Amino acid sequence: MSIPFGYVSPEQQMRDKADYARKGIARGRSVVVLQYEHGILFVAPNPSRALHKISEIYDRIGFAAVGRYNEFEALRLGGIRYADINGYNYARDDVTARGLANLYAQNLGQIFTESPKPFEVELVVAEVGDSSDEDHIYRLTFDGSVFDETGLVAMGGQAEAVAGRLKERYRDGLPLAEALEAALFALTEPGGERFPAGQLEVAVLDRNRPHRKFQRLNGPKLERLLAAGPAPAAPSKSGRAGKAGGPDAPPTAPEGDLDTGSDS
Amino acid sequence: MGSHRDLPAGMVNHIFTNSGISSFTEFVGSYAPDLLPGRNETLAAPVGDRIPHATTIVAATCAGGVVVAGDRRATSGNIISQRDMEKVFRTDDYSCIGIAGAASTGIEMARLYRVELEHYEKMEGRTLSVVGKANRLATMIRGNLGMAMQGLVVVPLFAAYDPDIDGGRIFGYDVGGGPYEQYHYYSIGSGSLFARGSLKKLYREDAPPEEVVLALINALYDAADDDSATGGPDVTRKIWPVVAQITADGFHRLSDEEVGARVQTVLEGRMSSPDGPIAPLR
Repeated sequence: MSIPFGYVSPEQQMRDKADYARKGIARGRSVVVLQYEHGILFVAPNPSRALHKISEIYDRIGFAAVGRYNEFEALRLGGIRYADINGYNYARDDVTARGLANLYAQNLGQIFTESPKPFEVELVVAEVGDSSDEDHIYRLTFDGSVFDETGLVAMGGQAEAVAGRLKERYRDGLPLAEALEAALFALTEPGGERFPAGQLEVAVLDRNRPHRKFQRLNGPKLERLLAAGPAPAAPSKSGRAGKAGGPDAPPTAPEGDLDTGSDS
Repeated sequence: MGSHRDLPAGMVNHIFTNSGISSFTEFVGSYAPDLLPGRNETLAAPVGDRIPHATTIVAATCAGGVVVAGDRRATSGNIISQRDMEKVFRTDDYSCIGIAGAASTGIEMARLYRVELEHYEKMEGRTLSVVGKANRLATMIRGNLGMAMQGLVVVPLFAAYDPDIDGGRIFGYDVGGGPYEQYHYYSIGSGSLFARGSLKKLYREDAPPEEVVLALINALYDAADDDSATGGPDVTRKIWPVVAQITADGFHRLSDEEVGARVQTVLEGRMSSPDGPIAPLR
Protein backbone atom coordinates (compact mmCIF):
# COMPACT_ATOMS: atom_id res chain seq x y z
CA MET A 1 0.00 0.00 0.00
CA SER A 2 1.40 3.36 -0.94
CA ILE A 3 0.68 6.54 0.90
CA PRO A 4 1.24 9.74 -1.10
CA PHE A 5 4.07 11.89 0.14
CA GLY A 6 2.82 14.61 2.46
CA TYR A 7 -0.40 12.79 3.28
CA VAL A 8 -1.88 13.69 6.67
CA SER A 9 -4.83 11.70 7.94
CA PRO A 10 -7.99 13.67 8.77
CA GLU A 11 -7.65 12.61 12.41
CA GLN A 12 -4.14 13.99 12.55
CA GLN A 13 -5.20 17.18 10.76
CA MET A 14 -8.01 17.85 13.25
CA ARG A 15 -5.74 17.10 16.19
CA ASP A 16 -3.10 19.47 14.89
CA LYS A 17 -5.60 22.24 14.31
CA ALA A 18 -7.13 21.76 17.73
CA ASP A 19 -3.71 21.82 19.40
CA TYR A 20 -2.81 24.95 17.49
CA ALA A 21 -6.02 26.71 18.50
CA ARG A 22 -5.76 25.63 22.14
CA LYS A 23 -2.20 26.90 22.40
CA GLY A 24 -3.18 30.25 20.95
CA ILE A 25 -6.11 30.65 23.33
CA ALA A 26 -4.10 29.61 26.40
CA ARG A 27 -1.50 32.32 25.71
CA GLY A 28 -3.81 35.20 26.63
CA ARG A 29 -5.41 36.19 29.89
CA SER A 30 -8.60 34.61 31.19
CA VAL A 31 -12.06 36.10 31.06
CA VAL A 32 -14.77 35.15 33.55
CA VAL A 33 -18.52 35.42 33.19
CA LEU A 34 -20.78 34.71 36.14
CA GLN A 35 -24.33 35.23 37.30
CA TYR A 36 -24.95 37.64 40.15
CA GLU A 37 -28.00 38.87 42.03
CA HIS A 38 -29.43 41.07 39.27
CA GLY A 39 -27.96 39.59 36.11
CA ILE A 40 -24.69 38.55 34.57
CA LEU A 41 -21.23 39.96 35.25
CA PHE A 42 -18.31 39.97 32.79
CA VAL A 43 -14.77 40.56 34.01
CA ALA A 44 -11.64 40.64 31.85
CA PRO A 45 -8.16 41.85 32.71
CA ASN A 46 -7.52 44.18 29.78
CA PRO A 47 -5.06 47.06 29.86
CA SER A 48 -6.37 48.41 26.55
CA ARG A 49 -9.07 51.06 26.64
CA ALA A 50 -9.72 50.73 22.92
CA LEU A 51 -9.82 47.02 22.18
CA HIS A 52 -12.70 45.47 24.02
CA LYS A 53 -13.02 41.84 25.00
CA ILE A 54 -16.51 42.41 26.31
CA SER A 55 -19.28 43.96 24.29
CA GLU A 56 -22.97 44.55 23.89
CA ILE A 57 -24.71 42.62 21.14
CA TYR A 58 -28.36 43.44 21.77
CA ASP A 59 -30.83 44.56 24.41
CA ARG A 60 -30.33 41.49 26.60
CA ILE A 61 -27.28 39.90 25.05
CA GLY A 62 -23.63 40.38 25.89
CA PHE A 63 -20.49 38.96 24.36
CA ALA A 64 -17.09 38.08 25.79
CA ALA A 65 -14.13 36.59 23.99
CA VAL A 66 -10.54 35.48 24.41
CA GLY A 67 -7.91 34.77 21.78
CA ARG A 68 -6.95 36.70 18.67
CA TYR A 69 -8.51 40.14 18.59
CA ASN A 70 -9.11 40.45 14.86
CA GLU A 71 -10.82 37.08 14.76
CA PHE A 72 -13.26 37.57 17.60
CA GLU A 73 -13.87 41.17 16.53
CA ALA A 74 -15.12 39.86 13.17
CA LEU A 75 -17.43 37.50 15.04
CA ARG A 76 -18.64 40.28 17.32
CA LEU A 77 -19.50 42.58 14.40
CA GLY A 78 -21.26 39.74 12.60
CA GLY A 79 -23.22 39.01 15.74
CA ILE A 80 -24.38 42.61 16.01
CA ARG A 81 -25.48 42.55 12.37
CA TYR A 82 -27.36 39.30 12.95
CA ALA A 83 -29.09 40.62 16.07
CA ASP A 84 -30.02 43.99 14.58
CA ILE A 85 -31.35 42.54 11.37
CA ASN A 86 -33.52 40.02 13.20
CA GLY A 87 -34.71 42.51 15.77
CA TYR A 88 -35.64 44.92 12.99
CA ASN A 89 -37.30 42.28 10.85
CA TYR A 90 -39.29 40.64 13.67
CA ALA A 91 -39.48 42.11 17.17
CA ARG A 92 -36.81 43.03 19.65
CA ASP A 93 -37.75 40.11 21.92
CA ASP A 94 -37.18 37.65 19.10
CA VAL A 95 -33.41 38.07 19.25
CA THR A 96 -32.05 35.31 21.46
CA ALA A 97 -28.63 34.21 22.62
CA ARG A 98 -29.49 30.72 21.42
CA GLY A 99 -29.92 31.89 17.83
CA LEU A 100 -26.72 33.85 18.01
CA ALA A 101 -24.81 30.92 19.53
CA ASN A 102 -26.03 28.73 16.68
CA LEU A 103 -24.83 31.23 14.11
CA TYR A 104 -21.41 31.38 15.76
CA ALA A 105 -21.25 27.60 16.08
CA GLN A 106 -21.98 27.15 12.41
CA ASN A 107 -19.38 29.69 11.39
CA LEU A 108 -16.68 28.51 13.76
CA GLY A 109 -17.30 24.88 12.80
CA GLN A 110 -16.98 25.69 9.13
CA ILE A 111 -13.78 27.61 9.67
CA PHE A 112 -12.36 24.79 11.76
CA THR A 113 -12.94 22.16 9.09
CA GLU A 114 -12.33 24.14 5.92
CA SER A 115 -9.72 26.72 6.71
CA PRO A 116 -6.06 25.73 7.04
CA LYS A 117 -5.88 27.85 10.17
CA PRO A 118 -8.66 27.58 12.73
CA PHE A 119 -9.82 30.63 14.67
CA GLU A 120 -7.95 30.92 17.97
CA VAL A 121 -10.92 32.17 19.92
CA GLU A 122 -13.31 31.13 22.61
CA LEU A 123 -16.54 33.04 23.16
CA VAL A 124 -19.30 33.49 25.64
CA VAL A 125 -22.74 34.64 24.51
CA ALA A 126 -24.89 35.51 27.51
CA GLU A 127 -28.50 36.58 27.71
CA VAL A 128 -30.12 38.00 30.80
CA GLY A 129 -33.74 37.00 31.46
CA ASP A 130 -36.43 38.36 33.74
CA SER A 131 -35.24 36.07 36.52
CA SER A 132 -31.98 34.22 37.10
CA ASP A 133 -33.61 30.97 35.93
CA GLU A 134 -34.13 32.54 32.54
CA ASP A 135 -30.51 33.61 32.13
CA HIS A 136 -28.54 31.80 29.46
CA ILE A 137 -24.79 31.54 29.18
CA TYR A 138 -23.39 29.77 26.14
CA ARG A 139 -19.71 29.06 25.71
CA LEU A 140 -18.39 28.41 22.20
CA THR A 141 -15.04 26.90 21.42
CA PHE A 142 -12.81 27.26 18.34
CA ASP A 143 -14.30 24.15 16.67
CA GLY A 144 -17.88 25.32 16.92
CA SER A 145 -18.93 23.28 19.96
CA VAL A 146 -21.55 24.95 22.14
CA PHE A 147 -21.73 24.46 25.90
CA ASP A 148 -24.75 25.58 27.85
CA GLU A 149 -23.23 26.79 31.12
CA THR A 150 -24.92 27.60 34.38
CA GLY A 151 -23.60 30.00 36.98
CA LEU A 152 -20.07 30.68 35.86
CA VAL A 153 -17.60 30.35 33.00
CA ALA A 154 -13.88 30.91 32.80
CA MET A 155 -12.08 30.76 29.47
CA GLY A 156 -8.68 31.54 28.01
CA GLY A 157 -5.32 31.46 29.78
CA GLN A 158 -5.23 29.03 32.67
CA ALA A 159 -8.97 28.51 32.33
CA GLU A 160 -9.23 25.42 34.51
CA ALA A 161 -7.32 26.88 37.42
CA VAL A 162 -9.34 30.09 37.21
CA ALA A 163 -12.63 28.18 37.09
CA GLY A 164 -11.50 26.16 40.11
CA ARG A 165 -10.80 29.30 42.15
CA LEU A 166 -14.04 30.89 40.97
CA LYS A 167 -16.05 27.88 42.14
CA GLU A 168 -14.57 28.26 45.63
CA ARG A 169 -16.10 31.72 45.99
CA TYR A 170 -19.16 31.48 43.80
CA ARG A 171 -22.68 30.90 45.04
CA ASP A 172 -26.10 31.70 43.61
CA GLY A 173 -27.39 35.24 43.92
CA LEU A 174 -24.16 36.99 44.94
CA PRO A 175 -24.49 40.79 45.23
CA LEU A 176 -22.55 42.64 42.52
CA ALA A 177 -19.62 43.72 44.68
CA GLU A 178 -19.13 40.19 46.02
CA ALA A 179 -19.45 38.66 42.57
CA LEU A 180 -16.78 41.06 41.31
CA GLU A 181 -14.63 40.17 44.29
CA ALA A 182 -15.02 36.46 43.49
CA ALA A 183 -14.10 37.10 39.85
CA LEU A 184 -10.97 39.02 40.84
CA PHE A 185 -10.01 36.32 43.32
CA ALA A 186 -10.29 33.78 40.51
CA LEU A 187 -8.37 35.88 37.98
CA THR A 188 -5.50 36.56 40.39
CA GLU A 189 -2.90 33.85 40.63
CA PRO A 190 -2.37 32.69 44.21
CA GLY A 191 0.13 35.07 45.80
CA GLY A 192 -0.12 37.40 42.80
CA GLU A 193 -1.14 41.02 42.85
CA ARG A 194 -4.71 42.15 42.16
CA PHE A 195 -5.48 43.95 38.91
CA PRO A 196 -6.10 47.65 39.54
CA ALA A 197 -9.31 49.20 38.21
CA GLY A 198 -7.48 50.66 35.21
CA GLN A 199 -6.45 47.20 34.06
CA LEU A 200 -9.91 45.73 34.19
CA GLU A 201 -12.74 45.62 31.72
CA VAL A 202 -15.97 45.05 33.61
CA ALA A 203 -19.55 45.04 32.37
CA VAL A 204 -22.91 43.76 33.50
CA LEU A 205 -26.17 42.70 31.95
CA ASP A 206 -28.46 44.13 34.59
CA ARG A 207 -32.01 42.81 34.33
CA ASN A 208 -33.37 45.85 36.19
CA ARG A 209 -32.20 48.37 33.62
CA PRO A 210 -34.76 49.64 31.11
CA HIS A 211 -34.34 49.10 27.36
CA ARG A 212 -30.74 48.01 27.03
CA LYS A 213 -29.46 45.85 29.86
CA PHE A 214 -25.77 46.07 29.04
CA GLN A 215 -23.66 48.51 30.97
CA ARG A 216 -19.94 49.01 31.24
CA LEU A 217 -18.57 49.66 34.70
CA ASN A 218 -15.49 51.80 34.74
CA GLY A 219 -13.94 54.86 36.35
CA PRO A 220 -15.33 55.94 39.72
CA LYS A 221 -18.22 53.49 39.50
CA LEU A 222 -15.84 50.55 39.26
CA GLU A 223 -13.56 51.93 41.97
CA ARG A 224 -16.49 52.18 44.34
CA LEU A 225 -17.50 48.60 43.60
CA LEU A 226 -13.97 47.34 44.09
CA ALA A 227 -13.81 49.14 47.41
CA ALA A 228 -17.17 47.71 48.46
CA GLY A 229 -15.97 44.13 47.98
CA PRO A 230 -15.03 42.39 51.23
CA ALA A 231 -11.35 42.45 50.32
CA PRO A 232 -8.85 42.63 53.17
CA ALA A 233 -7.27 45.67 51.52
CA ALA A 234 -10.56 47.56 51.67
CA PRO A 235 -9.46 50.54 53.81
CA SER A 236 -6.66 51.66 51.50
CA LYS A 237 -8.86 51.13 48.45
CA SER A 238 -11.76 53.13 49.79
CA GLY A 239 -9.38 56.04 50.30
CA ARG A 240 -8.44 55.87 46.66
CA ALA A 241 -12.02 55.51 45.55
CA GLY A 242 -12.97 58.62 47.45
CA LYS A 243 -10.40 60.56 45.50
CA ALA A 244 -11.35 59.08 42.17
CA GLY A 245 -15.03 59.76 42.69
CA GLY A 246 -14.29 63.39 43.51
CA PRO A 247 -15.74 66.47 41.89
CA ASP A 248 -13.42 66.31 38.90
CA ALA A 249 -14.77 62.92 37.84
CA PRO A 250 -16.03 63.43 34.27
CA PRO A 251 -19.74 62.77 33.77
CA THR A 252 -19.18 61.24 30.38
CA ALA A 253 -15.73 59.80 29.93
CA PRO A 254 -14.75 58.67 26.44
CA GLU A 255 -15.50 55.10 27.48
CA GLY A 256 -18.21 56.21 29.83
CA ASP A 257 -21.93 56.10 30.12
CA LEU A 258 -22.76 57.82 26.86
CA ASP A 259 -21.28 54.88 25.02
CA THR A 260 -23.18 52.18 26.75
CA GLY A 261 -26.57 53.47 27.72
CA SER A 262 -28.25 55.75 30.15
CA ASP A 263 -26.73 56.42 33.51
CA SER A 264 -28.43 54.19 36.04
CA MET B 1 -26.41 26.47 -0.24
CA GLY B 2 -22.88 26.34 -1.57
CA SER B 3 -22.82 30.07 -2.02
CA HIS B 4 -20.37 30.33 0.84
CA ARG B 5 -17.71 28.89 -1.48
CA ASP B 6 -17.46 32.33 -3.02
CA LEU B 7 -16.65 33.85 0.34
CA PRO B 8 -13.32 34.08 2.16
CA ALA B 9 -12.34 30.81 3.80
CA GLY B 10 -14.67 29.79 6.57
CA MET B 11 -17.13 32.58 6.11
CA VAL B 12 -20.53 30.98 5.85
CA ASN B 13 -22.52 34.14 5.58
CA HIS B 14 -22.21 37.68 4.31
CA ILE B 15 -23.10 38.71 7.83
CA PHE B 16 -19.43 38.22 8.72
CA THR B 17 -17.95 40.19 5.85
CA ASN B 18 -17.18 43.74 6.75
CA SER B 19 -18.93 46.18 4.47
CA GLY B 20 -16.73 49.00 5.71
CA ILE B 21 -19.50 51.20 7.06
CA SER B 22 -21.19 51.02 10.43
CA SER B 23 -24.59 51.95 9.05
CA PHE B 24 -27.34 49.42 9.53
CA THR B 25 -29.36 50.71 6.60
CA GLU B 26 -26.41 50.42 4.22
CA PHE B 27 -25.70 46.92 5.46
CA VAL B 28 -29.30 45.74 5.08
CA GLY B 29 -29.40 47.40 1.68
CA SER B 30 -26.59 45.12 0.50
CA TYR B 31 -27.42 42.03 2.56
CA ALA B 32 -31.20 41.82 2.33
CA PRO B 33 -32.55 44.86 0.47
CA ASP B 34 -36.10 43.51 0.57
CA LEU B 35 -36.23 44.14 4.30
CA LEU B 36 -35.92 47.88 3.87
CA PRO B 37 -38.99 50.02 3.37
CA GLY B 38 -39.70 49.99 -0.37
CA ARG B 39 -37.76 52.68 -2.15
CA ASN B 40 -38.36 51.83 -5.76
CA GLU B 41 -41.95 50.79 -5.61
CA THR B 42 -44.56 52.88 -7.32
CA LEU B 43 -48.16 53.00 -6.26
CA ALA B 44 -50.93 52.60 -8.82
CA ALA B 45 -52.59 55.72 -7.45
CA PRO B 46 -51.69 58.26 -4.80
CA VAL B 47 -53.01 57.10 -1.42
CA GLY B 48 -52.70 60.39 0.39
CA ASP B 49 -56.16 60.58 1.94
CA ARG B 50 -56.84 56.92 2.46
CA ILE B 51 -54.18 55.84 4.91
CA PRO B 52 -53.83 57.04 8.49
CA HIS B 53 -51.85 60.21 9.00
CA ALA B 54 -50.19 61.29 12.17
CA THR B 55 -50.37 64.93 13.04
CA THR B 56 -48.92 67.47 15.41
CA ILE B 57 -45.58 67.27 17.22
CA VAL B 58 -44.15 70.14 19.26
CA ALA B 59 -40.71 70.53 20.79
CA ALA B 60 -38.98 73.19 22.84
CA THR B 61 -35.66 73.46 24.60
CA CYS B 62 -35.56 73.75 28.37
CA ALA B 63 -32.80 74.35 30.88
CA GLY B 64 -30.28 71.56 30.21
CA GLY B 65 -32.31 69.70 27.62
CA VAL B 66 -35.30 69.50 25.36
CA VAL B 67 -38.95 68.47 25.71
CA VAL B 68 -41.00 66.89 22.92
CA ALA B 69 -44.74 66.28 22.90
CA GLY B 70 -47.15 64.79 20.41
CA ASP B 71 -50.93 64.51 20.25
CA ARG B 72 -52.50 61.05 19.91
CA ARG B 73 -54.75 61.33 16.88
CA ALA B 74 -54.34 59.63 13.50
CA THR B 75 -56.71 60.51 10.68
CA SER B 76 -57.58 59.08 7.27
CA GLY B 77 -59.30 61.87 5.44
CA ASN B 78 -62.20 62.90 7.66
CA ILE B 79 -62.10 59.69 9.74
CA ILE B 80 -60.27 59.46 13.05
CA SER B 81 -58.47 56.18 12.55
CA GLN B 82 -56.79 56.00 15.95
CA ARG B 83 -57.23 57.88 19.20
CA ASP B 84 -54.22 56.65 21.11
CA MET B 85 -51.45 56.60 18.59
CA GLU B 86 -47.91 57.24 19.73
CA LYS B 87 -45.82 59.46 17.55
CA VAL B 88 -42.85 60.28 19.76
CA PHE B 89 -40.24 57.53 19.80
CA ARG B 90 -37.11 57.12 21.83
CA THR B 91 -34.30 56.49 19.38
CA ASP B 92 -31.45 56.20 21.87
CA ASP B 93 -30.72 57.33 25.39
CA TYR B 94 -30.25 60.95 24.38
CA SER B 95 -32.49 61.45 21.40
CA CYS B 96 -35.99 60.93 20.09
CA ILE B 97 -38.03 61.59 16.98
CA GLY B 98 -41.61 62.63 16.51
CA ILE B 99 -43.33 61.78 13.26
CA ALA B 100 -45.93 63.59 11.21
CA GLY B 101 -47.32 62.37 7.93
CA ALA B 102 -48.12 58.83 6.80
CA ALA B 103 -48.27 56.90 10.05
CA SER B 104 -47.17 53.51 8.75
CA THR B 105 -44.12 54.81 6.95
CA GLY B 106 -43.28 57.04 9.90
CA ILE B 107 -43.41 54.24 12.46
CA GLU B 108 -41.23 52.07 10.29
CA MET B 109 -38.79 54.91 9.80
CA ALA B 110 -38.60 55.47 13.55
CA ARG B 111 -37.93 51.79 14.14
CA LEU B 112 -35.24 51.65 11.48
CA TYR B 113 -33.67 54.85 12.77
CA ARG B 114 -33.44 53.48 16.29
CA VAL B 115 -31.63 50.37 15.04
CA GLU B 116 -29.44 52.60 12.90
CA LEU B 117 -28.22 54.62 15.90
CA GLU B 118 -27.74 51.60 18.15
CA HIS B 119 -26.00 49.68 15.40
CA TYR B 120 -23.43 52.41 14.94
CA GLU B 121 -22.92 52.69 18.66
CA LYS B 122 -22.29 48.98 19.10
CA MET B 123 -20.12 48.59 16.02
CA GLU B 124 -17.93 51.61 16.71
CA GLY B 125 -18.00 51.67 20.49
CA ARG B 126 -18.98 55.35 20.48
CA THR B 127 -22.13 57.37 20.10
CA LEU B 128 -22.74 59.41 16.96
CA SER B 129 -22.56 63.16 17.39
CA VAL B 130 -25.89 64.96 17.46
CA VAL B 131 -25.25 66.45 14.02
CA GLY B 132 -24.24 63.00 12.75
CA LYS B 133 -27.54 61.61 13.96
CA ALA B 134 -29.50 64.46 12.37
CA ASN B 135 -27.71 64.02 9.04
CA ARG B 136 -28.32 60.30 9.07
CA LEU B 137 -32.05 60.89 9.46
CA ALA B 138 -31.98 63.32 6.53
CA THR B 139 -30.56 60.58 4.30
CA MET B 140 -33.32 58.22 5.36
CA ILE B 141 -36.03 60.78 4.59
CA ARG B 142 -34.54 61.45 1.18
CA GLY B 143 -34.65 57.69 0.56
CA ASN B 144 -38.40 57.93 0.97
CA LEU B 145 -38.81 60.76 -1.52
CA GLY B 146 -40.31 58.55 -4.22
CA MET B 147 -43.01 57.35 -1.88
CA ALA B 148 -43.55 60.85 -0.54
CA MET B 149 -44.45 61.96 -4.06
CA GLN B 150 -47.16 59.28 -4.03
CA GLY B 151 -48.67 60.56 -0.85
CA LEU B 152 -46.68 58.64 1.75
CA VAL B 153 -45.06 61.77 3.11
CA VAL B 154 -43.14 61.50 6.37
CA VAL B 155 -41.63 64.56 7.96
CA PRO B 156 -40.09 63.86 11.35
CA LEU B 157 -38.77 66.14 14.03
CA PHE B 158 -35.54 65.14 15.69
CA ALA B 159 -34.61 66.28 19.20
CA ALA B 160 -31.52 65.38 21.17
CA TYR B 161 -29.48 66.29 24.21
CA ASP B 162 -26.05 67.52 23.15
CA PRO B 163 -23.43 66.97 25.89
CA ASP B 164 -21.12 69.49 24.21
CA ILE B 165 -23.46 72.40 24.94
CA ASP B 166 -25.26 70.71 27.85
CA GLY B 167 -28.56 71.52 26.26
CA GLY B 168 -31.16 70.35 23.81
CA ARG B 169 -31.15 70.70 20.05
CA ILE B 170 -34.04 70.43 17.63
CA PHE B 171 -33.90 69.59 13.93
CA GLY B 172 -36.61 69.90 11.31
CA TYR B 173 -36.86 68.28 7.88
CA ASP B 174 -38.81 68.44 4.67
CA VAL B 175 -39.73 65.61 2.28
CA GLY B 176 -36.38 65.94 0.55
CA GLY B 177 -34.37 65.59 3.74
CA GLY B 178 -32.61 68.34 5.60
CA PRO B 179 -31.72 68.81 8.38
CA TYR B 180 -32.68 72.32 9.40
CA GLU B 181 -31.62 73.11 12.91
CA GLN B 182 -34.31 74.98 14.85
CA TYR B 183 -33.69 77.12 17.89
CA HIS B 184 -35.86 77.38 20.98
CA TYR B 185 -39.03 75.71 19.71
CA TYR B 186 -40.47 74.02 16.66
CA SER B 187 -43.53 72.13 15.55
CA ILE B 188 -44.50 69.87 12.65
CA GLY B 189 -47.71 68.38 11.31
CA SER B 190 -51.08 69.72 10.31
CA GLY B 191 -51.62 71.66 13.53
CA SER B 192 -48.08 73.02 13.59
CA LEU B 193 -49.00 76.56 12.55
CA PHE B 194 -51.36 77.00 15.47
CA ALA B 195 -48.96 75.26 17.85
CA ARG B 196 -46.10 77.46 16.77
CA GLY B 197 -48.14 80.59 17.21
CA SER B 198 -49.01 79.45 20.69
CA LEU B 199 -45.41 78.56 21.57
CA LYS B 200 -44.21 81.90 20.30
CA LYS B 201 -46.08 83.52 23.16
CA LEU B 202 -45.54 80.86 25.80
CA TYR B 203 -41.91 79.92 25.30
CA ARG B 204 -39.41 81.16 27.90
CA GLU B 205 -35.73 80.57 27.33
CA ASP B 206 -34.03 78.22 29.83
CA ALA B 207 -37.25 77.53 31.66
CA PRO B 208 -37.26 74.41 33.86
CA PRO B 209 -38.56 71.27 32.09
CA GLU B 210 -41.83 71.26 34.09
CA GLU B 211 -42.80 74.69 32.72
CA VAL B 212 -41.83 73.77 29.18
CA VAL B 213 -44.08 70.70 29.48
CA LEU B 214 -46.97 73.00 30.38
CA ALA B 215 -46.20 75.29 27.45
CA LEU B 216 -46.15 72.34 25.06
CA ILE B 217 -49.43 70.92 26.35
CA ASN B 218 -50.95 74.36 25.88
CA ALA B 219 -49.56 74.50 22.35
CA LEU B 220 -51.06 71.10 21.52
CA TYR B 221 -54.36 72.24 23.01
CA ASP B 222 -54.31 75.31 20.76
CA ALA B 223 -53.47 73.15 17.75
CA ALA B 224 -56.36 70.80 18.52
CA ASP B 225 -58.60 73.82 19.01
CA ASP B 226 -58.14 74.97 15.41
CA ASP B 227 -57.01 71.87 13.50
CA SER B 228 -59.44 68.96 13.12
CA ALA B 229 -56.64 66.43 12.57
CA THR B 230 -54.99 67.17 15.91
CA GLY B 231 -56.47 65.47 18.96
CA GLY B 232 -56.97 67.34 22.19
CA PRO B 233 -56.71 65.67 25.58
CA ASP B 234 -59.35 62.92 25.76
CA VAL B 235 -60.72 63.47 29.24
CA THR B 236 -63.24 60.63 29.28
CA ARG B 237 -60.81 57.99 28.04
CA LYS B 238 -57.87 59.53 29.86
CA ILE B 239 -55.70 59.66 26.74
CA TRP B 240 -53.06 62.33 27.20
CA PRO B 241 -50.35 63.60 24.85
CA VAL B 242 -47.05 61.71 24.80
CA VAL B 243 -44.47 63.90 26.50
CA ALA B 244 -40.76 63.08 26.63
CA GLN B 245 -37.92 65.06 28.09
CA ILE B 246 -34.27 64.51 27.31
CA THR B 247 -31.62 65.89 29.63
CA ALA B 248 -28.19 64.81 30.83
CA ASP B 249 -30.01 62.02 32.67
CA GLY B 250 -31.19 60.61 29.38
CA PHE B 251 -34.52 60.09 27.71
CA HIS B 252 -37.49 60.09 30.05
CA ARG B 253 -41.05 59.64 28.91
CA LEU B 254 -43.44 61.17 31.41
CA SER B 255 -45.91 58.69 32.88
CA ASP B 256 -49.63 59.02 32.21
CA GLU B 257 -50.14 60.25 35.78
CA GLU B 258 -47.53 62.99 35.38
CA VAL B 259 -48.95 64.16 32.05
CA GLY B 260 -52.51 63.80 33.35
CA ALA B 261 -51.79 66.18 36.22
CA ARG B 262 -50.34 68.80 33.85
CA VAL B 263 -53.24 68.41 31.45
CA GLN B 264 -55.60 68.94 34.36
CA THR B 265 -53.82 72.22 35.16
CA VAL B 266 -54.20 73.36 31.56
CA LEU B 267 -57.87 72.34 31.45
CA GLU B 268 -58.66 74.20 34.67
CA GLY B 269 -57.03 77.32 33.27
CA ARG B 270 -59.03 77.00 30.06
CA MET B 271 -62.28 76.77 32.00
CA SER B 272 -61.99 80.44 32.86
CA SER B 273 -59.90 81.50 29.88
CA PRO B 274 -60.78 79.28 26.87
CA ASP B 275 -58.04 80.71 24.66
CA GLY B 276 -55.37 79.87 27.19
CA PRO B 277 -52.78 81.98 29.02
CA ILE B 278 -52.54 85.58 27.88
CA ALA B 279 -49.05 86.84 27.19
CA PRO B 280 -48.25 90.34 28.52
CA LEU B 281 -48.51 93.05 25.87
CA ARG B 282 -45.30 94.74 26.87
